Amino acid sequence: MAEAKPMVVVDDLHVVYRVYGGGGDRGTAATALLRMMRKQKRPSIREVHAIRGISFVAYRGDAVGVIGRNGSGKSTLLRAIAGLLPAEHGAVYTDGHGALLGVNAALLEDLTGDKNVVLGCLAMGMNRQEVKESYPHIVEFSGVGDFINLPMKTYSSGMGSRLRFAIASAKSHDILLVDEALATGDAEFRRKSHRRIDELREQAGTVFLVAHNLNEIEETCNRVIWLEKGQIVQAGDDVTGIIDAYLDAVGGEPMVREPAHPRP
Amino acid sequence: MSGSRAGGSGQLSGPGGLSGRGRLSAPGSLADSSVVVGVGDRDTTAVGLRELNGLLPDEPLPELAKRYGLKPSAARPPLGEYIKRLWRRRYFISGFATARNVAMYTDSRLGQVWQILTPLLNVAVYYLIFGEILNTKRGVDNFVSFLVIGVFVFNFTQRSFLTSSRVMFDSLPLIRALYFPRACLPLGYVLIELQQLAIAFVVLFAIVLASGEPLTWYWLLLIPVLILQTLFNAGASFILARFGAGLDDVSQLLPFIVRTWFYVSGVIFSIPLYAVQAHSSLASHPLLAKVLQYNPAAIYITLARNALMASQRLSTPGSKPYNQALCNLFKNPPKPGANLLDSAYCHGIASTGHLWLMGAVWAIVALVVGFVFFWRAEVRYGRG
Repeated sequence: MAEAKPMVVVDDLHVVYRVYGGGGDRGTAATALLRMMRKQKRPSIREVHAIRGISFVAYRGDAVGVIGRNGSGKSTLLRAIAGLLPAEHGAVYTDGHGALLGVNAALLEDLTGDKNVVLGCLAMGMNRQEVKESYPHIVEFSGVGDFINLPMKTYSSGMGSRLRFAIASAKSHDILLVDEALATGDAEFRRKSHRRIDELREQAGTVFLVAHNLNEIEETCNRVIWLEKGQIVQAGDDVTGIIDAYLDAVGGEPMVREPAHPRP
Repeated sequence: MSGSRAGGSGQLSGPGGLSGRGRLSAPGSLADSSVVVGVGDRDTTAVGLRELNGLLPDEPLPELAKRYGLKPSAARPPLGEYIKRLWRRRYFISGFATARNVAMYTDSRLGQVWQILTPLLNVAVYYLIFGEILNTKRGVDNFVSFLVIGVFVFNFTQRSFLTSSRVMFDSLPLIRALYFPRACLPLGYVLIELQQLAIAFVVLFAIVLASGEPLTWYWLLLIPVLILQTLFNAGASFILARFGAGLDDVSQLLPFIVRTWFYVSGVIFSIPLYAVQAHSSLASHPLLAKVLQYNPAAIYITLARNALMASQRLSTPGSKPYNQALCNLFKNPPKPGANLLDSAYCHGIASTGHLWLMGAVWAIVALVVGFVFFWRAEVRYGRG
C-alpha cells in the first residue's frame, strides 16, 4: 500500500490544556492558604479539550496544509507533532524531530541577528564548519540586510520571522512545522519560502503549514486537513475541493482560480 | 462532536458522531491512501485508519509506526544517547554562554565593568558592616583577602543558582522553535558564570597580592577547587532549572534560601575559628559546626582561601598537633591581635584532606543526581 515512508503518524490524538486560575478566587493569599490547609490542588483548573481524537498519516515529501477557524486546534496539533505538548490520549509518532516555526519572532531576542544565526545553527546540531558555510545563505535568504548586526528585539515582526524561517530551514529537517510564520513576510519572501518548502519536501522532509491565507495553502500543499473544534472534518489530497468546502462552510467567498491551476 | 459544519458539498458529512459511520473523506482522495481522516468507513483503503467504535483497520497505527521505526514525538532519548547529543552541541553551549555574557550588560553604560564592580561593592558593604561594626574579623588575619575570596567564590554559586532557576523560562522561544538537548541551557548559564568568575578573579588576585599574601605554588590548588565547584554548580543548576521550569514559586523563594546559605557558609566569618573561640555559639554545638563546615559552599570557600592565603593555611585549627597552652593563648591573647596563628594548635572541625574529599563527593553527587533529574523531564520543557 505505501511506497512512501510514513513520517508522521497521529493515532487518535487527544490534547487537553489545563488552564489554572480560571475561576473567581484568582490567587488571593487567603484562598491560597485555605487551599493548602485543605490539601487541595491548584484552584479551579479548567480543562480545554483542544484536540479530540485525530488520526492521520503523513508521508515523506508531503506538504500538509491545516485549515480551520481560530480555535479549531491547528496550532495545538502542530505543537503536539513537534512533541511540545503531551497527548492526553493516543500518540504522535514521528521520524526524527519536528522544528516548529511560530509567529513569535525572536529566538534569543537580546542577541544580534548574527548571533542568532550562529547559535540557531549550532543548536540544530551543525558543526562549526557547516555553520560557516550556511551563514551567508541564511543572511541572504532572510533579507534583513544591515539589521543582522542589531539585537533581534529591534526587528519588525516580519524581519524576525523571516530570519527565523531562514535559520530553521537552513538545515533539512525531517519535519518542518510552519505556523503562520510566513504570513508576516512580503510577497517576495513568500515566493522564496515556497521554493524553500518545495526543496525541503524534495529532500525527503514533510512540511506542515498552518495559514489563514488559503491561497498560500493551495500554492504550497499537496494535502490538506480541515479541523473544526479539534476534530477532522475533511482531509485528503483534493486540496481545492476541501478548501472550497471549507469556504462554503464558513460562508466565505468562493475562491477564484485560473482555469489551469499551476501545480509545482 | 459539533464539528459538523460540513454541510457544503454533498459528499462530506460531519464527523458523524461516535458511531464512526460518517464518511469524512474528500471525494476520491483515499484511493491513493493519502492523509486520512479521523473516523471513516471500514471499506476505505486508508492506511492506519481506526474507527472509533473499536473496529480496527487493516493495520493499527501504532504498528504502522513501529514497522517504519517511528518514535513517539514526545519521547526522551536514553541517557547515553542524550549525553552524546549534548557533547555534539558543545560549541552551541560555549557560543550561547559567550554571546549571552556580552549581551547581558549592553544596556548599562559601564557594560562588563559591572561584572567586577558588583562583587567589589558587595565586599565594601560587608567589610564595613560585618568586619568593622560587628567585628567578625576578630581572630582572622588579613580579613580583606579573607572576605574578598569568600564573597567572590560564593557569588559564583549564588549567581549560578539564581540564573539557572530562570533559564528554561528565559529561553522559551528557543526551546519551542528548535530541538536540541535542553541540558545545554543550564550548562550554558553555568558557563556564563564561570566566564564572569574568570574576569572577577583577576581583580581578586590583585587584591590578595596587594594585601600582602605571597604568591606561592599553593595558588595552583585553586584550579581543582574551581573545577569541583563548577561541577557542583552545574549539578545544582540542573535541579533548579527543572524546578524553575515548572513552578514560579521556586524563583520567588530562592533568593531567601541563597541569602541564608550565604550567612551560614562562613563568607563573612571563619567557621573553624568561630568554633574554637570561647563563648561562641558554635563552640558549644560541635555538630552544628560540622554541618556548617561540610556544606558545599563552605568547603569550596575554605579550600580557595587555603590555596591563596598563607595565613589561612597556617592558622587553620587542627593543622598542627593539639597544644592546649598555645590554643588558650589564641583564645585569650595577652593583647588583641597577637597570637593569631596559634589557632592552629586548637582542635579543628575538619582536616584539609576531608574537605577535599567532601568537596569532590558533593560535586559528583550533585552532577549525577542533577543531570538525571533534569533529563527525566526532558520532554516537558517548553510546554505551557
